[in-house]
Amino acid sequence: MILNDALKEYCLRIADNSSILAHRLSEWSGHGPILEEDIAMSNMALDLIGQARGFYSYAATLEGKGRTEDDLAFRRDAREFVNRNLVEQPDHKDFGTAMLRSFLYSCLSYLQFRALMNSKDETISGLSAKAIKEVTYHVRHCGDWVVRLGDGTEESHRRINNSLEELWMYTAELFEQNEVDALLVKEGIAVDLTTLKQDWLNLVDEIFTQAKLTKPAEGGYQSSGGINGMHTEHLGYILAEMQFLPRAYPDAIW
Amino acid sequence: MTISKEAVWEMLNSIPDPEVPAISIVELGVVRDVKVEGSSVIVDMTPTYTGCPAMKMMEDQVKAKLMLEGLDVKVNVVFKPAWTTDWMSDATKEKLRAYGIAPPDKLSFENLHPFAKSDKGPLKCPFCRSEDTALTSQFGSTACKALYFCNECRQPFEHFKCH
Repeated sequence: MILNDALKEYCLRIADNSSILAHRLSEWSGHGPILEEDIAMSNMALDLIGQARGFYSYAATLEGKGRTEDDLAFRRDAREFVNRNLVEQPDHKDFGTAMLRSFLYSCLSYLQFRALMNSKDETISGLSAKAIKEVTYHVRHCGDWVVRLGDGTEESHRRINNSLEELWMYTAELFEQNEVDALLVKEGIAVDLTTLKQDWLNLVDEIFTQAKLTKPAEGGYQSSGGINGMHTEHLGYILAEMQFLPRAYPDAIW
Repeated sequence: MTISKEAVWEMLNSIPDPEVPAISIVELGVVRDVKVEGSSVIVDMTPTYTGCPAMKMMEDQVKAKLMLEGLDVKVNVVFKPAWTTDWMSDATKEKLRAYGIAPPDKLSFENLHPFAKSDKGPLKCPFCRSEDTALTSQFGSTACKALYFCNECRQPFEHFKCH
């Protein structure tokens, strides 16, 4: 694998994660449990779309085949998406599940951007320096809700605990790496995710302790393969909705 | 026609921020650099937040303003260094306050760690200056603002987040 291809793939991964999670959050626009949360979820979605745009644009430039950020977001099929399976999981309109999903992902995203601010690639370090400030708010906001729901009523605790049981099987995959990482870590461009695992656990534990939540036992089933294009059934449905307009009306501009 | 750099900066300084019209896009800090060569002007701009929906509008306003002066304009979007509210002057922050938005404080460690406890005092209400205020939500009507409520004058208000 050559460096340029690895770099493009790495940017696609960050962009796909941001774009798919943004889509999940945007499903709540107009449906938030209270007005402030409706605004908060749409704001977080907007931040993520902004991050996705930056990384898709850079990936398109690296590819150099005339494709644009929109082509990468709207004209690729599920098997070509390299997001982690956590971000595509449905929340079944359960607010706690949505907050927990964003919290688990944002903790990793926060640590990754913090490390990537020192990337030897100028575009990646520049985008990361911007993104980290946004993601810091996401971790704080979603973490607050995990605490409120976990340490709330019997009902809210029961429900967020169920969400945790459902989502935990997608967390080991957050740290999966392949030859793309190996090459870029050696070049000082990417961060070795295994070095972030303990910090991620510390952030998660800090909130879970306050939320009176217990992590599911180790050794349970763990999903795998998002970065190699292996996804759960849910991604196809997301893309069908997300990509409908640009595929049905290829000349549409907005 | 030819124009001086200073004159271009002055023109840009007359363009109001589309979402917070009390301050200009120059005062907001999104205009990073101006290069002039004869009648062509290159303006470097940086977004406040990566997904700021007003960015496109600001770019268009810059182009429209300078093109009306007969200049050839190119806008470059740059990401580094990342925009920060620390680039706003004290005078700009006072304009925000007078407009009813609690201005950002100096950036501190708290802004880069999700669970760090704030080392700052309470946020002052921009209307009555009371310190008896409470956070309603980290997210407000635009990406750059949070929602607060003043328990003293019973007014909701916005805070331009430190960023």
